Amino acid sequence: MSVEEIIQKLKDKFPHSEIIIDNELPVEPFVVINALELPQICKFLRDDESLLFDTLMNLSGVDDNNATKVKDEEGNEKLEGRTLSVYYHLHSMKLDHKLALKVSVPIEKPEVESVESIWKCADWHEREAFDMYGIIFLNHPNLIRILMPYDWEEGSYPLRKDFETPEFYNGMKIPY
Amino acid sequence: MYDFLVNLVGNNIVAFFIAAALPLFLFILPYALLAVLAERKVSAHMQDRLGPMRTGYHGILQTVADILKLIQKEDLRASSTDKSLFNFAPYLVFMGSFAAFAVLPFSSFFIGSSIDVGLFYFLAISSLVVAGILMGGWSSNNKYSLLGAMRSVSQIISYEIPTAVVVLTMVMITGSLNLHTISDQQTAFFWNWNILGGTLPGIAKFLLIPLMLGAFIIIFISTLAEVNRTPFDIPEAESELVAGFFTEYSGMRFAMFFLAEYANMLAVSFLITILFFGGYHSPLGYLGNTLGVEWLVPIEQFFWFASKGLIFVLIQMWLRWTLPRLRVDQLMTVCWKYLIPYSIAILLLVGLVTLI
Amino acid sequence: MAIKTEEMVLNMGPQHPSTHGVLRLELELEGELVLNVIPHLGYLHRCFEKHCEAMTYPQVVPYTDRMDYLASMSNNLGYAITVERLLGIEIPERVEYIRVIMAELQRIASHMVALGTYGVDIGAFTPFLFLFAEREKILTIFEETCGARLLYNYIWVGGLSHDIHPDFVRKTKDFVRDFKPRITELNNLLSYNKIFVERTANIGILPADVAINYGITGPNLRASGIKWDLRKNDPYSIYDRFEFDIPVGEGLYGTTGDSWDRYYLRVLEMEQSIKIIEQAIDNIPDGDVQSAVPKRIKPPKGSIYTRVENPKGELGYFIISDGSLNPFRVKVRAPSFVNMEVFNELCKGHFVADIITILGSIDVVLGEIDR
Repeated sequence: MSVEEIIQKLKDKFPHSEIIIDNELPVEPFVVINALELPQICKFLRDDESLLFDTLMNLSGVDDNNATKVKDEEGNEKLEGRTLSVYYHLHSMKLDHKLALKVSVPIEKPEVESVESIWKCADWHEREAFDMYGIIFLNHPNLIRILMPYDWEEGSYPLRKDFETPEFYNGMKIPY
Repeated sequence: MYDFLVNLVGNNIVAFFIAAALPLFLFILPYALLAVLAERKVSAHMQDRLGPMRTGYHGILQTVADILKLIQKEDLRASSTDKSLFNFAPYLVFMGSFAAFAVLPFSSFFIGSSIDVGLFYFLAISSLVVAGILMGGWSSNNKYSLLGAMRSVSQIISYEIPTAVVVLTMVMITGSLNLHTISDQQTAFFWNWNILGGTLPGIAKFLLIPLMLGAFIIIFISTLAEVNRTPFDIPEAESELVAGFFTEYSGMRFAMFFLAEYANMLAVSFLITILFFGGYHSPLGYLGNTLGVEWLVPIEQFFWFASKGLIFVLIQMWLRWTLPRLRVDQLMTVCWKYLIPYSIAILLLVGLVTLI
Repeated sequence: MAIKTEEMVLNMGPQHPSTHGVLRLELELEGELVLNVIPHLGYLHRCFEKHCEAMTYPQVVPYTDRMDYLASMSNNLGYAITVERLLGIEIPERVEYIRVIMAELQRIASHMVALGTYGVDIGAFTPFLFLFAEREKILTIFEETCGARLLYNYIWVGGLSHDIHPDFVRKTKDFVRDFKPRITELNNLLSYNKIFVERTANIGILPADVAINYGITGPNLRASGIKWDLRKNDPYSIYDRFEFDIPVGEGLYGTTGDSWDRYYLRVLEMEQSIKIIEQAIDNIPDGDVQSAVPKRIKPPKGSIYTRVENPKGELGYFIISDGSLNPFRVKVRAPSFVNMEVFNELCKGHFVADIITILGSIDVVLGEIDR
C-alpha cells in the first residue's frame, strides 16, 4: 500500500485529527500527526487488517532547532516556536510496506504519548530519546536515563543543539 | 622402604617423616610444575598453536618463571574477608590433596605408608579439599566465590558416592583396603589386571570383564568431577563465575589452589591405575628379572606406575580442551540418575560373580 | 517463626569474562535461579551522533567503523548507501561487486567471533581458536586491501578508499576453499556435541510473535523461524543478482527459537555467505573505484531512513540533511541495541549459567549498543 492510500485510510478513521503528509522534501515523505493522539493512531496502524505495521524499525528524537525571532508587546526580541520531534519508522513484515510518522512538540513542554505498549521495542528507544533530548514519554513504565550516567545533571540533554558541555561531572573536570 | 630408612638413620620417627615426605619432594612437586607446562603445551598443540616458547628450550622453564612471579607478588587480601579462614583455606586444600600421596605405592619398594586402611584413608583425606574450598569461598566475602564454593561442595560430595561404591566393588574383589596388597595381586602380566577380571579363576574372570569396564568408566567420570575438571569444572566456570571459589586469591595462595588441582588430578589417576590397571606392575614382565639385576625392578615399577598415571592425566587434559561444560543441574542429574544407580547395579552383579 | 529470606543481587560486569564488553547486568537471584535481569548500558557511550553533527559527510565514515567494531565493513556499507540514496548517485559496477564481497567476508568474520566466543562461554575453548585462525585470514585479506585490520574506513560515499590488491581474488578463493571443511569440523567439534546441545537447546526460547513485537532482527529473528532477510526482502546494492538461501531456525534439537537455533543459524549463514562470494569473485568488472566519489557532498534538504542487513541484524541509518555540508541529525538504529531489549524476557526462570548462554546467543557488541 502506498503512503497516500495509508493517509487516506487514516483520515477516514480519524476525521477530527490533523494528519498532514509532508512530502515537500525530495527524498522520503512522512506523516505529521498530533502527539496526544499517537497511541490510538499507532494501535490502529498495527491492528488494522490492511495495514498491519507490526514492527517499529526506528524511533528517533530530533531537535528541530527551528526557533523564530518574534517581538512581544514591549518590543523585546525573543526566540519562540522551537520544537522537538519524534520520528517513527514503521514497517509491516507481513505486507511489506513502510510508513514514517512525525510528531512535533514545543520544547517548553515536550510530552509525547509512549508507544511502548504497542511495540515493545520502543522501550529503550524512548528512553534514549528522553536521555538525549529530554522528550517526556507519558505512560512509559521506566523512563530513566539509559546511555548517560544515572546521576547526570537534570535538565542537561546532550543532543540538543544548544547543549554545552558542563565543566564538571561529579567533581571531575570534563574537558581534560 | 621404611625398614630400609630405619636402618639408615637409626630412628623410627625420622625415618617415618622421610618416608612420608620423599614422594612429595621427589615426584609430586616436579610433576606439578611439569603438568602445568604440559597442559599449556597440550592445549596449544590441540589448538594449532605453539604455546610458551620463550623461556628455555620450547618454553620448558615457563612454569618455573610463573611460580617465581607468583612468589614475588604482593599478598593481597580484601579488607572485608574473614582473615583467618581466608589465609588457612589454600593450605588446607594443598594439604588435603598432597597428603593423599602418602599411601600410594609408587613401587614395591617405595611407598610412603603401607597402612591397611589405605583406600579408606585416600577417600577420607581427599575429601578434606571440600572443607578448604568452602572456607575459601565463604571467607572471600564475594558472591561469585560463594556461588562457586557452594557448587563445588555439592558437586564433590555428590560424586564421592559413585566413587565410593566403585571402590567398594573393588574391595569386594580384592578383599583388601591396602593399596599395596591390591597392586601386588595384579602381578605378572596385563591379563591379571583388574580391568581384565583380575586373578579370578575360570568363567568368573570373563564375566567380570564387562562389569569392570563399566566400573572403570564410572570411577573415571566421577573422579573427573571430584577434581573439578572439564566437563565438570562448574565451580570455577571461568565464563560464569570469573574464577569460582578462588576469585579473590592472588600470588602464592592462588598458586596453592592451582598446584593442588594438578596434584589432585594425578592422585585420582593413580587411584584408577592401582584399582584397575595393575598399579606399579609392568604389563610385560621385568627386564631386571630377566637380566638378574634385582635393583632395576623397583625403578621399572616406578616407571610403569608413573606412565600409567600420567596417561590418565593426559586424557583429562585432552577432555578439557575438547568438551564444553555442563550446567549445575545437569551435573547433578548425571550423578544421581545415572552414575549412582549403575554403580550400585555393578556392585550387586560383582557380588554375584564372586560367588561363582 | 518463618525465616526471613531475600533475593541475592549479583552484579555481572562491567568487568566480567563473558559479558562481551562492558555490559553490566544486575541479576536478582533466588539461589541459582534468575528472577530478573536489569541491563545497565552506557559504559562505552561516546555520543557518536553528536560528533556527526560537527562533521562533514565523508568524515562520518570512520565513526561508523567504531560502532560494531567486529563488522566495520558492513557499517561503512550501510552509511555509504544511505548517503548515496540521499544524493541520488550511481555507483560503478566494480565498486558494487567489491562491496558485496567485503561485506560477506565481514559477515563471516563477525559470525566467527560470535560462534567462537559462544563456545568459550559454554566452556569449549578449542573451537574459538580454530575459528580465530580462519578469521585471521580474512583480516589479512582486508589488511592487504586497505591497510587496517579492524577499523577499515574502506567503503566511502560513492566508492572505495583503495582498489583491491592484485592478490585479492586468489587469496579470497583460497580462503573460500579452505574454509568449507572448517565448517564441518566446527559442527563435529561443537555444534552437535551432546553437552553443547544439552546446554543450549530449549534455553532462552524466543517465539516468533514476541521477536517481531520486540523488533528483533537478523539471525535472532530468523532463528525464530521467520524467513526475513533484507538482502532478499528489501535488496540493496547488488544482492538481487546472487543466488542464496535464507536459513531459518527449525528447532532441530529443541524448540524453534532456542539458543542452539540462534547458534546454528550463524553456521548456516556462513555457508550462504561463501556461496555469494563464490558467485561474485569471478565477475568483478574493471573500472575505477573512485570515479563516482563526489568532491563535495552537499545533499538536498530531506530525510532518509535506510537499512542494511548487518551480521548482527538490521542496521538502520536515519539521516536528516538541512542542505549544508554537515548532517543535521544522524540516528543509528543499532541491531544489538534492539536485540538486547528482549534479554530480560528470555532470561527469566533460567539459571545463572544460562544467562551467559543466552547473552552469547544474542551476540551483542557493546560498541554498537552504546554508540
